[in-house]
Amino acid sequence: MVMFTLRRFLQLIPVFFGATLLVYFLVFATPGDPIAALSGGKPMAPAVEAALRAQYNLDQPFWIQYGLYLKNLVTLNLGQTFSGQDVSAVIGRAYPVTARLAIMALSIEAIFGVLFGVIAGLRKGKLFDGTVLVASLVVIAVPTFVLGFVLQLVVGVQLGWARPTVSGAAPWNELLLPAIVLGLVSLAYVIRLTRASISENMNADYVRTATAKGLSRTRVVVVHILRNSLIPVVTFLGADLGALMGGAIVTEGIFNVPGIGNLLYKAILKGESATVVAVVGILVIVFVVANLVVDLLYAWLDPRIRYV
Amino acid sequence: MSEKLTPETDLTKPVTPVSRQGKTSSRVIEHFVAPLEETPLAAIDNVDETAAPLSLWADAWRNLRRQPLFIISALLIVLVLVVAFVPHLFASVDPTSCTLNDSSEGARAGHPFGFTLQGCDVYSRMIYGTRASLLVGVLTTLGVLVVGGTMGALAGYYGGWIDTVLARLADIFFALPLILGAIVMMQLPAFRDNRSVWTVVITLVIFGWPQIARITRGAVIENRNADFVTASKALGLSRFNALVRHVIPNSLAPIIVVASISLGTFIVAEATLSFLGIGLPDTVMSWGNDIAAAQPQVRNNPGVLLWPAAALSVTVLSFIMLGDALRDALDPKARKR
Repeated sequence: MVMFTLRRFLQLIPVFFGATLLVYFLVFATPGDPIAALSGGKPMAPAVEAALRAQYNLDQPFWIQYGLYLKNLVTLNLGQTFSGQDVSAVIGRAYPVTARLAIMALSIEAIFGVLFGVIAGLRKGKLFDGTVLVASLVVIAVPTFVLGFVLQLVVGVQLGWARPTVSGAAPWNELLLPAIVLGLVSLAYVIRLTRASISENMNADYVRTATAKGLSRTRVVVVHILRNSLIPVVTFLGADLGALMGGAIVTEGIFNVPGIGNLLYKAILKGESATVVAVVGILVIVFVVANLVVDLLYAWLDPRIRYV
Repeated sequence: MSEKLTPETDLTKPVTPVSRQGKTSSRVIEHFVAPLEETPLAAIDNVDETAAPLSLWADAWRNLRRQPLFIISALLIVLVLVVAFVPHLFASVDPTSCTLNDSSEGARAGHPFGFTLQGCDVYSRMIYGTRASLLVGVLTTLGVLVVGGTMGALAGYYGGWIDTVLARLADIFFALPLILGAIVMMQLPAFRDNRSVWTVVITLVIFGWPQIARITRGAVIENRNADFVTASKALGLSRFNALVRHVIPNSLAPIIVVASISLGTFIVAEATLSFLGIGLPDTVMSWGNDIAAAQPQVRNNPGVLLWPAAALSVTVLSFIMLGDALRDALDPKARKR
């Protein structure tokens, strides 16, 4: 298993370089001169401009820029934004917010998704099952931003149950509404996956054996059926965690959450290559690590799966 | 040979308790035997062997015709297609002739959904917006099928270094979220200056192909060593021809299912990009653009946002339902007997 983990981390290397190179190039190719924008479009003293260009390596060709960026990365220096802040500090401020949001959304998905999925799967064809299925389809079909606006309007403005937008510190309770919006779509997928998996496993031989041994219904469902049905669900949740940790550009925009998604969106529009590439790099690492954790969870859920 | 060959005993009844020798227990033990799932030999003998066996597709079609989910979604998709091709049959008001006098007015005769901030008819814009949204969805799905399908089929069939390279390439694009990649792409000068349906389609294809590639790769791997492939090669078919003529047609089922579902998600992606202001240009009428334009007024006049959103959702929903129904029909193992 150690070898497996090591190999997965080795596989991370080409993906990391490929993704950062791709994004670095895309941002490089984006028009607009960030240095000229610093002076608000007015002409700048040539010496100052040259110094600024040299400071951000903008006077170098693309490959040297990317190489210098990588060189700094090795020493964990993520560079500076064009307004002079350390990128690591900017990310350090935004990341906890996104992490809180992601944890809340993921908990909502996991708890309610598995719960509803199990109930629907056990009562396949009944009223609850049908309702949940139709509701989940509708949620999947409605775009996130429409869902966000409607919930913001109804819960935040008309009913006044929650603040429509999140304040600067982004405490847990204010993040609840955006977390629900963020979690709803994946919640629908989790419900459908769990339901399909449960109803498939319900007729398996080992379930009949467990029932025949005289185990209680709860134990059969929770220990035997659920554990064997969780693999596809865990796969999905892992991929989703990677996506959530990358920040949700749309949801964070609607609720004004000062997280990674917001940061990324603004950085792309401003051509802040250092910030964009740093965020994408983190995103790739989180994505790969989340998938690795999922793979390791498989072995725990199903002891037949071994990694060598 | 038409006599019944199944056992005469009724197996659902408990077998009479047997007193077992050598046991002193006085407990009566009941033995239950599960009913045998057996087809009587006569039934097998009666099968007409000269009739051609049903192909997977004919079988799926027979199954689909009886599914309400499929019928509803297919009817909805046909309706959406008709609206996209001939919108003037459904709306008599010109969606581009707007008068500011009507700004944010409510519904009235001839204008069932009211007016936008610019005084345009919401219903008519919803009808005319169908074409662009659907076009993006269909073209992107076709593009993704061509790119992802080819990549996945080659990687799965030939394996080796092609597989490794393509898998890593797919990983890179997989790690970048669709929306993020699209935002960066659409900033490029070539894309920003020529914004149209095509730029949106190209962007979505570039960041959307890995999913289909994965599905295709898996399906091709499942089939590449099947007996019919070995047989076709033994009959002298080249390796590549075997892939094109036998492996791919037999791997199509899961690809079609995923393609149908992703068609819906691409329509949503277009709307999201338009919502962020980087999708279709303002001159193109689409649901996404209308939703984006309605967003600032959502607290005063939510209908302007909700109607195009509803049209979008129903369309996406019907494609997802179609995919669901197809999945059930094309997977005989999952089907209930």
